[in-house]
Amino acid sequence: MSTTRIVELRRGILKKNDELAAGLRARYAGAGVLVLNLVSSPGTGKTALLERTLRELLGRGLRAAALVGDLETDNDARRLAGSGAPVRQINTHGICHLDAEMIGKHLDGWAGAEGGVELGDLDYLFIENVGNLVCPSSYDLGEGIRVALLSVTEGEDKPLKYPGLFNSADAAVITKIDLAEACGFERETALKNLNEIRPGMRVLETSAKTGVGMEGWLGFLEGARVQGR
Amino acid sequence: MHELSIAASIVDSVTEAMAAYPRARVKEVRLRVGALASVIEESLKFCWGLATEGTELAGSALVVKTLPVVLHCGACGTEAELDGVQSLRCPRCGELGGDLRQGRELEIESLEIEEAASQRVSELAS
Repeated sequence: MSTTRIVELRRGILKKNDELAAGLRARYAGAGVLVLNLVSSPGTGKTALLERTLRELLGRGLRAAALVGDLETDNDARRLAGSGAPVRQINTHGICHLDAEMIGKHLDGWAGAEGGVELGDLDYLFIENVGNLVCPSSYDLGEGIRVALLSVTEGEDKPLKYPGLFNSADAAVITKIDLAEACGFERETALKNLNEIRPGMRVLETSAKTGVGMEGWLGFLEGARVQGR
Repeated sequence: MHELSIAASIVDSVTEAMAAYPRARVKEVRLRVGALASVIEESLKFCWGLATEGTELAGSALVVKTLPVVLHCGACGTEAELDGVQSLRCPRCGELGGDLRQGRELEIESLEIEEAASQRVSELAS
């Protein structure tokens, strides 16, 4: 006869990632760098916004770098490198999100590499996540600010469709606002939906193409950096 | 599919915990998953079969307890379960900005294990 018993575990499933992320968070704090994790659907405009942002920051004498995640290709890294900022590509080869282990490994590799980067030399590190509104939600990368992006072409109800991700974000950027009229984008509805899912969330609105809203976004970045978070 | 890497994480955690029970076999792994955790039960169960194949956990079942969002309202002090995940308004006073007390969990609550008879006999004898 065998006996059955219950073993209580109460163990977080993503405990390993959470522990690595906590380590990264301490590492960023020690280096005095503000780290942002940009998440959105594929095609929302993360790379375009980041490209313009990096140019602007460097133009103002600030030090910024980017880690960009994609399943395949280094197209985004090449594009972003055109800004003059140090950029490193992470290829996940099929994994649908970035995790803390990948970030840690790439930062370690970068520190020693030629043309590489030391975190302590930076004011900002931007992490452009894999285009996906589901999986990145669960993976803490140790970031100071998680920014969820949605474009005017995606619809005002996006936050309601992806509550997990939008609820986990600290701020949101509505992108491609130069197309808002052409898409019949209902701005007030979008803002209301964001507030329902993440009450009090800070929302910025930008067009990386025309430059509208970039001052507001850069002001938000400056405020966050100065505040030390 | 990240449910597969989540399933693999569970296999690692459970295998580690089972080192304390060398002659036992896992029958069930019981999870607590919050409604806002972005994990799909069916996908996870499907991936469980794949992740446990060829391991000591092969044949074990994954049981998922879904936890609703529980909000503590700063305005009126009510703590309440929410029906869905579309709005974080207090069901009593309608205000936003409450505290999420439950809803993002992703944890292994417990294991149901079966210990072989020979182990019991040796326990009785010692």
